[in-house]
Amino acid sequence: MKKAVIEFADFGFQYRAQKEPTLHGITLTITEGEKVLIVGPSGSGKSTLAHCINGLIPFAYSGEMTGSLRIMGQEQQEMSIAELSDRVGTVLQDPDGQFVGLTVGEDIAFRLENDAIPQAEMLEKVNAAAIAVDIHEFLSSSPQELSGGQKQKTTLGGVLVGDVDILLFDEPLASLDPYTGKKAIELIDRVQREGGTTVIIIEHRLEEVLHRAVDRIIVMDEGHIVADLPAAELLSADLLRNVGIREPLYLTALKYAGCSITPDINPQHIDDVRLDEYAGKLKVWYENNNIQPTSLEYPPLLELRNVTFGYEKNRPVLQELTLRIGKGEMLSIAGRNGAGKSTLSKLICGFYRPTSGTIWMNGRDIGPDSIKERADRIGFVMQNPNHMISKTLLYDEVALGLILRGASVEHIRERVHAILKVCGLYAFRSWPISALSYGQKKRVTIASILVLEPEIIILDEPTAAQDYRHYNEMMEFLLTLVNQGMTVMMITHDMHLMLEYAQRTIVLAGGVKLADDSPERVLGDTEVVRSANLKETSLFTLALRSGLDQPSEFVRRFIAYDRRVRGR
Amino acid sequence: MKANMLTFTKQDSPIHRLTGATKLIIFVVWSVAAMITYDTRCLAVMLVFSLFPFILSKVKFRDYAFVLSLILLFFLLNQLAIFIFSPLEGVRIYGSRHDIVHLAGRYTLTWEQLFYQFNIALKYAVVLPMALLFLLTTDPSEFAASLNRLGVNYKIAYSVSLALRYIPDVQRDYENISFSAQARGIDISRKEKLSRRVKNIISILMPLILTSIERIDKISTAMELRGFGRKTKRTWYKTRPFSSQDYIALGLIALIAIASTVITFYDGSRFYNLFEPN
Repeated sequence: MKKAVIEFADFGFQYRAQKEPTLHGITLTITEGEKVLIVGPSGSGKSTLAHCINGLIPFAYSGEMTGSLRIMGQEQQEMSIAELSDRVGTVLQDPDGQFVGLTVGEDIAFRLENDAIPQAEMLEKVNAAAIAVDIHEFLSSSPQELSGGQKQKTTLGGVLVGDVDILLFDEPLASLDPYTGKKAIELIDRVQREGGTTVIIIEHRLEEVLHRAVDRIIVMDEGHIVADLPAAELLSADLLRNVGIREPLYLTALKYAGCSITPDINPQHIDDVRLDEYAGKLKVWYENNNIQPTSLEYPPLLELRNVTFGYEKNRPVLQELTLRIGKGEMLSIAGRNGAGKSTLSKLICGFYRPTSGTIWMNGRDIGPDSIKERADRIGFVMQNPNHMISKTLLYDEVALGLILRGASVEHIRERVHAILKVCGLYAFRSWPISALSYGQKKRVTIASILVLEPEIIILDEPTAAQDYRHYNEMMEFLLTLVNQGMTVMMITHDMHLMLEYAQRTIVLAGGVKLADDSPERVLGDTEVVRSANLKETSLFTLALRSGLDQPSEFVRRFIAYDRRVRGR
Repeated sequence: MKANMLTFTKQDSPIHRLTGATKLIIFVVWSVAAMITYDTRCLAVMLVFSLFPFILSKVKFRDYAFVLSLILLFFLLNQLAIFIFSPLEGVRIYGSRHDIVHLAGRYTLTWEQLFYQFNIALKYAVVLPMALLFLLTTDPSEFAASLNRLGVNYKIAYSVSLALRYIPDVQRDYENISFSAQARGIDISRKEKLSRRVKNIISILMPLILTSIERIDKISTAMELRGFGRKTKRTWYKTRPFSSQDYIALGLIALIAIASTVITFYDGSRFYNLFEPN
């Protein structure tokens, strides 16, 4: 019998500012060396559970606890946050916000500095931890010089250095691109196996975490634990869909083909699924679902011709970039960090001017237009809604652009109300913005742009930090805009988003256009996938493993079918 | 677009090898000494002494060219302002008056004023190389550790380090916020009336302050989770023990400061007087 490291017994928690408890009757035991995944939609209480384990509750967020929680055999409420931090190491969601050192070395050392470890011993331990997470070559790099993945490695190093018993990862994939996310999961797995540490991962991206095996999955919904099962059993049950967690895509595809998912086919990993007679079923499904793509011709709206730009001399971020965006199109721009995606949108909006080359809209060179003039036709929605919101009331925020353009009060009211209805925010029109959820805030920023009636709207990571249900709502909302004639350009490395919603994907790498094609074909091109830090979708792998000769076409048919099924 | 501001560059020189704490002490003592004295002889000698480590440090002109030009501009404005507001300050100080040329109204250029302002110029010249040197040759990572060594509470010392860490991030936030504001039509350029402009700047500051508070909240959570503040003492990853060079440098600076103070006050006045009383 292994030692229990975390024991919840009929545990409940209620935040002080809230009327209802966030956690109810949690009974859960995690034993030494286990690797547990906790999934659940936003607001299910999974983050609250994590805060109870690492001590942020009650030390940073106060409230009332009921029942008992023991960490390493000791009652949590009797421990200080410092004592808890000796046992539980937490890697938070945002790799930027938790990087406190000026360099990698200092950040890893932070914990040891606080424990007043002598310098000589510290240097040794920092080195060892840096090697363990493979960041030792960057010990003197500043956070500005690192990629998201490298920052996360540093944070993990900074936690490992403290020799903790439990590693807690709070949405480790949220701000990483698909390839880096895959590497992060591999790293977590390696660290866990080498150190025998107990690992708890909190995520809603199930398929991505299951890239490496976990011992069991705990599903949370509305503050309760609704399932506590090994991966294979959970995936065979029908529970995930009910709580709004997306099951792995290859399993959805198998279900569409009429295959039943049971634990003995090893559904937990695409490489291990026993296909046998299912391959035949998939083939039949594939042949029966030949939905022809509706190829539409879009009249050109926005064009970049040979655009070159660099923040510093002789270091171009974009080189001779030429691309065309059609009217009414929904397209996505992909590429790894620093590939020039954000720069591209900033050039289109006129925040920067290209060093050479021209930008055309409706057949006119918009080079001389000011930021404000361009904003009348091109809307830009930033990733972080807090960067855009400057008013306290929702109505004022959405009206701001019109007020500044000198529109009449009557006209403003009419426009704002119309837009709020389109965005599903009309009911909240007199609310303060601070009372809205993250996804709603994001909608407010979109509404505040739409009110200016642009012809094209550019969104930077429209679904970042949102769970599947909110992702779905947001994307369906954008789709209705497209159906009404809006042109939408999305900067994203979310592969599901690309596959399901973009009609076209442009991949940037090193400042040049590497690919410009339908998403399923882009994601089927190994070379492009590698250089854009994307990864192969499991649907593609499934098609290959089933011996289908055109995997990209299979992916396309799946998406089309899935759209129809879900659209019902 | 991004000017090369005062940033530390890793180099090897006797000055770079001094610990951050030593450089901080030297900078403070040196500045105080230069502030106190108006003795031209002391200032002249100190200027020579300050240029010597500057050459020794091998810092490159382009690393500080921009800041230097800015300081020179302020220096000129300062000199002009002194003359405009107090054209006979030198006469008052030195107790004599030797006119050179009458300009207009109450403005007469005197040798005393010229000499007084020359002394101020010298003060600038004496402090400036040391200030630049301190900023250019001290590893920012050592700032906090140095302050802590001088007896500053480590929690306060660490905030210096945190500020250095997050300034670039806040700059980036500001850039994003101001871009999106401009696209909405919020104009903060000179084209707008002042009252409007102030209002517009406030509407940019609001989200900046809110995102910064959000940032601070995240950082303090992260720091707490990694045991910050649990002990009364703290060690530092980037700190170096004092070497003989540090002691020599500190000894030298003490000598210079004492000598300068003694010479300055020897005759009972902070000012060195060249002039015959008339």
